[in-house]
Amino acid sequence: MKTFIVPENIAISDSGFIFLPSTGETFTLNELGKQIFKLLQAKKTIEEISSEILKEYDIDTLTLERDIEDFILRLKSLNLVTQV
Amino acid sequence: MKIAITGLNATDNPGPGVPVIRSLRHSKEFDGEIIGFIYDVLEPGIYMENLTRKNYLIPYPSSGLENLYERLAYIQQQEKIDVIIPTLDSELFGFVKLEDKLKELGIKMFLPSFEQLNIRAKDKLFDFCTDNNIYVPKNILVSSVLDLHKIPEEFDYPVVVKGIFYDAYIVNNLEEAKTAFLKISSKWGLPIIVQEFLKGDEFNVVALGDGTGMTVGAVAMRKLYITDKGKGWAGITIFDNNLIEISKKVIESIKWRSGMELEFIKSSETGQYYLLEINPRFPAWVYLAPNAGQNLPYALLQLALGKKVEQFDKYNVGTIFVRSSWDLFTDISVLEKITTKGEI
Repeated sequence: MKTFIVPENIAISDSGFIFLPSTGETFTLNELGKQIFKLLQAKKTIEEISSEILKEYDIDTLTLERDIEDFILRLKSLNLVTQV
Repeated sequence: MKIAITGLNATDNPGPGVPVIRSLRHSKEFDGEIIGFIYDVLEPGIYMENLTRKNYLIPYPSSGLENLYERLAYIQQQEKIDVIIPTLDSELFGFVKLEDKLKELGIKMFLPSFEQLNIRAKDKLFDFCTDNNIYVPKNILVSSVLDLHKIPEEFDYPVVVKGIFYDAYIVNNLEEAKTAFLKISSKWGLPIIVQEFLKGDEFNVVALGDGTGMTVGAVAMRKLYITDKGKGWAGITIFDNNLIEISKKVIESIKWRSGMELEFIKSSETGQYYLLEINPRFPAWVYLAPNAGQNLPYALLQLALGKKVEQFDKYNVGTIFVRSSWDLFTDISVLEKITTKGEI
């Protein structure tokens, strides 16, 4: 089971705006991205995130988990999460 | 108390004078008068309302220090200035040379020594960094076009061709290197610095050293918007302990006495910060520092007056500056007065 860590100094606002204080970079997430990011901050696994999202969206689990993995891969490339 | 400040050239390549004045005024404790020292009658700072009480034209140090001293002695008779804060690279050597004579006139300054100015000079920076285990781009000094043929022995293209004082070009081959060499050497003289080109993001630090090795404060910034002249038109305060620690190490090693700007590049290959330049004065974006919680120009003024200052230990991250251009209007009589009388 993969778990991820969002560095402590990264904060996300209610509007989905992320500021990386060590580099000055900023990012904007949409509603779903923000929801997933906050779940990652709460140290949830992909499976746990997926079951949260499935409560609200009508999508098959496999596609959803693949999309979440893609999204996390993008976050990792931007140094917004690290994998444990 | 009267403070005279240079560098009121708030143009698209702005001098630090106006932001230093705004920083001093930012302090609730400041109740001095500001006198502007200008080199050109069209320096925008003198046309800004309520920025300075009076302005004086002064001669460039390159026109002879005796001329500069005579002018300053005349101004001192009129004004009884307590402190001069020179803010431009090109005038620093002159003011350092005049420091003792101006002290006799009752004028205080807070400047680095000749030795300190020399250590951070562009042609000496590589040795200084190597001696102090600070990452620095490799470079060679060249004095003739023929020397440029050595470039492939030392680095791969592209490389950066830099002047000893100002100007830099990224060049991709020998022909471009020759053009850059001729352009820079005709304007700024020799030697020319050929430097390894590093890919990465640029970061800047504004800092103040008290002359004993202590860093009074240091604020890091990343440029958010860069003009075609390479000047930051917007920036944001950031914090990376590594960046601040390198800056403190520089100040401690040189025992830097004054304001300074350190320019870094964070290599996208190695993730390390490489020191590109040490500018021996506050940068034009210095007003970001008081807005983020460290009023470094006001602290420099206190040091110049011989007062003790507290070390700053934090600042707000995420404070943004955005420059704007703003037309000022005045009557021809203003220009006439400053042109003919040299003061206004």
